[in-house]
Amino acid sequence: MDFINHQLFIKDINVHIDPILPKKTAIITHGHADHARFGHDHVIATRQTIDIMKIRYGDKCAKKFTPLRYGQKYSIKNYDFTLYPAGHILGSAQVLIEKNNHRLVITGDYKVGKDETCKNFKLIKCDTLITEATFGLPIFQHPDPKDEIQKLIRSVKINKNNCHIVGAYALGKAQRVMNLLRQQKYNETIYIHGSLEKLCQYYSKEKINIGKFEKVSSKDKSFYEGKIIIAPPSALKDRWSRRFPNPIICMASGWMTVKQRAKQQGIELPLVISDHSDWNELLDTIKKSKAKNILITHGQEDALVYYCKKQNLVSKPLSIQGRSDEEIE
Amino acid sequence: MKKFSSLLLNLILTPSRNTKIKLLQDYFKILDINRAYALAILSDQFSFQFIKASKLRELVYEQVDQHLFDYSYDYVGDLAETISLIWPTNKESKSQNLSTLIENIKKIKKSEINTEFSKVLSELSNNERWTLIKICTGGLRIGVSERLVKTALADLYNKSVNEIEEIWHGLEFPYENLFQWLKNEISKPKIDFKKLFHPMMLANPIDEEKDFKRLDANEFQAEYKWDGIRVQLMVSSNSVSLYSRTGDNISSAFPEIIETTKGDAVIDGELLVGGNFKPSGFNDLQQRLNRKKASKDLQKKFPVFIRAYDILFYKGKDLRKLSLVKRRKYLEKFQKENTTNQIDLSTIINFSTWEELTKYKNNFYDDLNEGVMFKLKNSEYLPGRKKGYWYKWKKNPKLVDAILMYAQRGHGKRSSYYSDFTFGVWKENELVPIGKAYSGYTDKELLVLDKFIRNNTTNKFGPVREVKKEIILEVAFDDVFPSTRHKSGVAMRFPRIHRIRWDKPINEVLSIKEFKKEFKID
Repeated sequence: MDFINHQLFIKDINVHIDPILPKKTAIITHGHADHARFGHDHVIATRQTIDIMKIRYGDKCAKKFTPLRYGQKYSIKNYDFTLYPAGHILGSAQVLIEKNNHRLVITGDYKVGKDETCKNFKLIKCDTLITEATFGLPIFQHPDPKDEIQKLIRSVKINKNNCHIVGAYALGKAQRVMNLLRQQKYNETIYIHGSLEKLCQYYSKEKINIGKFEKVSSKDKSFYEGKIIIAPPSALKDRWSRRFPNPIICMASGWMTVKQRAKQQGIELPLVISDHSDWNELLDTIKKSKAKNILITHGQEDALVYYCKKQNLVSKPLSIQGRSDEEIE
Repeated sequence: MKKFSSLLLNLILTPSRNTKIKLLQDYFKILDINRAYALAILSDQFSFQFIKASKLRELVYEQVDQHLFDYSYDYVGDLAETISLIWPTNKESKSQNLSTLIENIKKIKKSEINTEFSKVLSELSNNERWTLIKICTGGLRIGVSERLVKTALADLYNKSVNEIEEIWHGLEFPYENLFQWLKNEISKPKIDFKKLFHPMMLANPIDEEKDFKRLDANEFQAEYKWDGIRVQLMVSSNSVSLYSRTGDNISSAFPEIIETTKGDAVIDGELLVGGNFKPSGFNDLQQRLNRKKASKDLQKKFPVFIRAYDILFYKGKDLRKLSLVKRRKYLEKFQKENTTNQIDLSTIINFSTWEELTKYKNNFYDDLNEGVMFKLKNSEYLPGRKKGYWYKWKKNPKLVDAILMYAQRGHGKRSSYYSDFTFGVWKENELVPIGKAYSGYTDKELLVLDKFIRNNTTNKFGPVREVKKEIILEVAFDDVFPSTRHKSGVAMRFPRIHRIRWDKPINEVLSIKEFKKEFKID
């Protein structure tokens, strides 16, 4: 595993995984902005991730694209790369790198729980596991997302004169919330912030059931009474949200586990819906991967490193530049 | 428990006062034993004898690795919430009534607490566990005051909140008499008034333009307004106790008053720090506040006394229906008989015109008084802040020009605007912050400032924006003290934005040295 450094760079063949700056060859795990950037020469990713990058950054955001199916092997010299579903968002992938019988897996962002908006996570046995740790503290035990979405549906039923604005990241979370609403038989039109439109259209085109949606427009205030509006978190606190009638501010995020955080951010209805693994899922993945060497990125590394060492696993944090707590999608 | 627990959760997450009242009213529509426990908890009058924060820590260490707990606590920053989240989840939670749950917990023997109480925690859902731990650790901090609960109850059952206030301190769990009276089943509960804290009569701030036109100066008498804490002293032959404005018993923190005062009366006054009845400022008083006990050293270094304003009871006689002038006679009588030197009387200022009173307001006692209070001579002693009887008139504030440095979004109705402002003065070629204000500006000024901040941000630190240094704020404040906690070495009391100084260039703002000199800070 010495072939890859703490920046997820394989010097031998000049390949980066999720680089922050423009590089020659970049393997991209998924379309979130802290992983997929503009300006690489050659991007290797799933077809959906490439589509999403083009939607967000334009068709020319890289010089060359190589789409890979899940499970399809791609070799550069004596390195074999295979992408497997990560269950994080549409198109998200883990990267398996094989070299001289050593198997190394970079999970990227992943969740183990079920999600109709993307292919479900696949566990891969390996020697070295580079795992994310966004929710790497034992306080994070995600509840069933169906129960959380029911809270929203119930609140909409009770508060008929209010509109509910749900903060959700534009890519992935927004569409998952919409899909969860549909699973729970909420069949009304869902109203979305303009910045979500293209991505929602793409999810629809990919046959993901997010139901009927419409961009919010300058309609009469009372029109939005009783409606659900989905917007990126940054819009919640902005003047944008003031045009709606008595809005109840909701937020769909794993961070909503902590009530004090929700309160600080002025969230009235926190919905604990996460696209990352919780503590128990992280531990479970580490255990089942059979890896002896665990590297930990993204988030709350300390507790997870401590846990792994207690299990006699070799473990250390990888600090990847440009990513920090709570800014990641 | 489920209902109470979701009440608490909704209260903590709701910024609006009206919504909070509505939530409380929905919950208190029924008045039963569960609501009685809830009322005791919400008014901070309930606690478990054996289960406190330290016991809870002990229990959680039995469940999870100590290091993992510490990492988590560090992240969450709230003990009750950390424990409730980290506690191993039991998929099948079993819900009980609030009252059944509490009574079952009370039955647990001390020797069996560790196993039995852990079992209780495991059987609860996450939110209910959070609620129970909050109850154990006390101090809910959910943004609901006792007063708000009373207001909600009063509105719901068509009573006045003052009526509830008046009997409140004589009520006890399980509040049967209160509940029956609210439901109109019995008349208002009779309370032994001699033994309880009596809600205080409070003054309204004066509106100089409106009020002086309609008020007759001859009907009022005035006193100096002191910057201490308002207290109620209850003296009888067998006990003396001291209460804060909110009815908390603070006797143990001021033994010198408790041990020496003699007589039979209920006194209303201001607690101040200083020797020989000369107050030495709020900064010194703070050394004596929020303490359970006061050492001999502390008593010597920061001696306290009470400046008495009023008297409510004298030798068992209720004086509250008498006029202020008559009550004053009784107060003087009490003082004559009280031979100790921990109490003095507030001086009465007689005046015949409002202009005359202005002089007293602004120039007196080398800055130590905050202004004046003036009271209707024939006013009864009425609880709360009744209009038309007592007024407070503060001195003109101190003013300083300072440069806007940082801004943060506000809360409540100002939540989407940048409305919390940090301002500073020069220290050589840099700026050093001297205070933070989130009030005083007009709605129009707020819009202008908000727009300026959005367009002129030079740096972001989490929610805080640093802005281009070009706006000068005229800041009004009540006082300023030396402080070791702030970089500038000063701490302001009640700073607010007076106006925006568009006319002044930033290099004319004072330096911190000049600022300290002007406001006499060493």
